Amino acid sequence: MSLPNITTLATENMLQVSKNENATKNKTTMIICSGDMDKVMAGYIIATGAAAMGMEVTMFFTFWGLKAIQKSGQLTGKSLMGRMLGFMNRGGLDAIGPSRLNMGGMGRWMFKKMMKSKGVASLNELYDTAVELGVKMMPCQMSMDVMEFDPKMDFKDNVTEPVGVAAMLEEAKESKFTLFI
Amino acid sequence: MLETQLETKVLDLKGLLCPMPIVKMAKAIKEIEIGQTLEAYATDPGVMADVPAWCRSTGHDLVTLEKVDKQFHFIVKRMK
Repeated sequence: MSLPNITTLATENMLQVSKNENATKNKTTMIICSGDMDKVMAGYIIATGAAAMGMEVTMFFTFWGLKAIQKSGQLTGKSLMGRMLGFMNRGGLDAIGPSRLNMGGMGRWMFKKMMKSKGVASLNELYDTAVELGVKMMPCQMSMDVMEFDPKMDFKDNVTEPVGVAAMLEEAKESKFTLFI
Repeated sequence: MLETQLETKVLDLKGLLCPMPIVKMAKAIKEIEIGQTLEAYATDPGVMADVPAWCRSTGHDLVTLEKVDKQFHFIVKRMK
């Protein structure tokens, strides 16, 4: 008796993935809307993986997603409210916690420790790898205006000039698939 | 017969977890000649699925992929 071949099913039916039959490039666009450790990590892992598979990768960071490209040790904001937000929202990749069981930072500490002991690359290492592989990173202009980020001061190097929705959509139009994270 | 003269490059991927094995492979494959092979050792069981997928997507040839004790050993040939 022979067992049937078991193959892994592609995730094309997964929510929040759109496939583009008319893609003009071997490319993927990723929209990072979350600043949670788990989601940013997924974002960078998929981005570096896609780049390693020979794909062109564009990441668009909006709202809390800006945390993924924020410099640590840089307070943001100009107005009173902006500075208050900047204070509460301070820190870059090191400061973000998991979406569940963060428990006031304990979860973040625990996950970092567990990931390190197992040899998983840290968020900063993943970011550096993404940069090295030529992943294009674009911050959202509108989110930056709302949250009072300064494009020159508050972001890591290798981030492009701020862009709007049309620039992101242009990237998505020529991509094979677009992910919203 | 030219192929046998090309040296196999050995890559140590032990201790690395997703996505680093394929990231390192992608870098290493660019450093060898077309027709040359890359031999790698890894400890992440994910490579059993990831390496064939990476080869199918990038067009390189997967020569062998096997589990030896608790390690994964594979050879990839650069095709383009």
